[in-house]
Amino acid sequence: MKLFKFLLVGILFGIVMTKSEAISWFRIQEMFRFQSFHMYGIIGVAVVMGALMHFLIKKYDVKNMFGDVIQFQDKPKTYKASLFGGTIFGLGWAMTGACPGPLYVLVGHGYWIILIVILSALVGTFVYGALRSKLPH
Amino acid sequence: MIEFISQPWHWSISGAMISLVMLLLIYLGQKFGVSSSFQAMCSIGGAGSRFDYFNYDWKKHDWLLVFVLGSIIGGGIASTLLASPDPVQISAATINDLSALGITYPTTNAAGAGFLPLDVFNFEALKLLQGIILIVLGGFFIGFGTRYAGGCTSGHAITGLSNLQLPSLVAVIGFFIGGLVMTHLLFPIIFSL
Repeated sequence: MKLFKFLLVGILFGIVMTKSEAISWFRIQEMFRFQSFHMYGIIGVAVVMGALMHFLIKKYDVKNMFGDVIQFQDKPKTYKASLFGGTIFGLGWAMTGACPGPLYVLVGHGYWIILIVILSALVGTFVYGALRSKLPH
Repeated sequence: MIEFISQPWHWSISGAMISLVMLLLIYLGQKFGVSSSFQAMCSIGGAGSRFDYFNYDWKKHDWLLVFVLGSIIGGGIASTLLASPDPVQISAATINDLSALGITYPTTNAAGAGFLPLDVFNFEALKLLQGIILIVLGGFFIGFGTRYAGGCTSGHAITGLSNLQLPSLVAVIGFFIGGLVMTHLLFPIIFSL
């Protein structure tokens, strides 16, 4: 039952991704062609408001639902992994027009072909796990 | 009310709602980052016996798998009860550029909602090299790249940037290097196949 809350937040996320049109392959093309402000507006507002939330949570030691003061973890400083992995993901983002969140949302829309994309992503994840120790991080 | 939220949302509302999703997950004791679900699924599939990366207690991501399930349900709700009256309104410049590549844009809802180019993303396309590249290789790059980078748009671009993480800025620069190279240099080749 304690997981039910996450189901509700997930449903909200699916609706937000759809109504924002961030799940649209065409919107992603528009973004990478710098032909509309739409996606930059979405990500920009989310980051600015998110930064304000992080700032306020840290400043006022805001607690989570368990009553614990919220702590944020730093991302590991593996810059090569960020750059190389990020670039490979960027190729895939333009090809499929979707990042991981929208992939799941598109399945909910009944685009079953996306299941092949997700299956391929799992193979990609598996291959990364297999090669991890040999890759620069 | 339903009619009101069924219209496509302004980007400022959409951005605010995404940060709300992030805030809710933080309040619930977790963090916003979807691509970790791939690692969890591989682990559930038994990959932990082969490689250390998957040898962890995937139950720490059980909430994320439930969130993912919710996002599929949310997509179902949004595509039916909250469907927009018209396809996604993208810019004329993009429609022109894409038609030069041979991609038709749906102008009526009957032709598609404007979420996917259906002439490329279908099961028949898997018989063609072009379809295999875009669907299978594209998916592979998403899984490999996000896990190598340690996050995707949610974990790096939204959560990481808003927490002022330098590795996330580097990752987002990478996202754009890859996306721009694919769109401007490789798409003309792939779509001529």
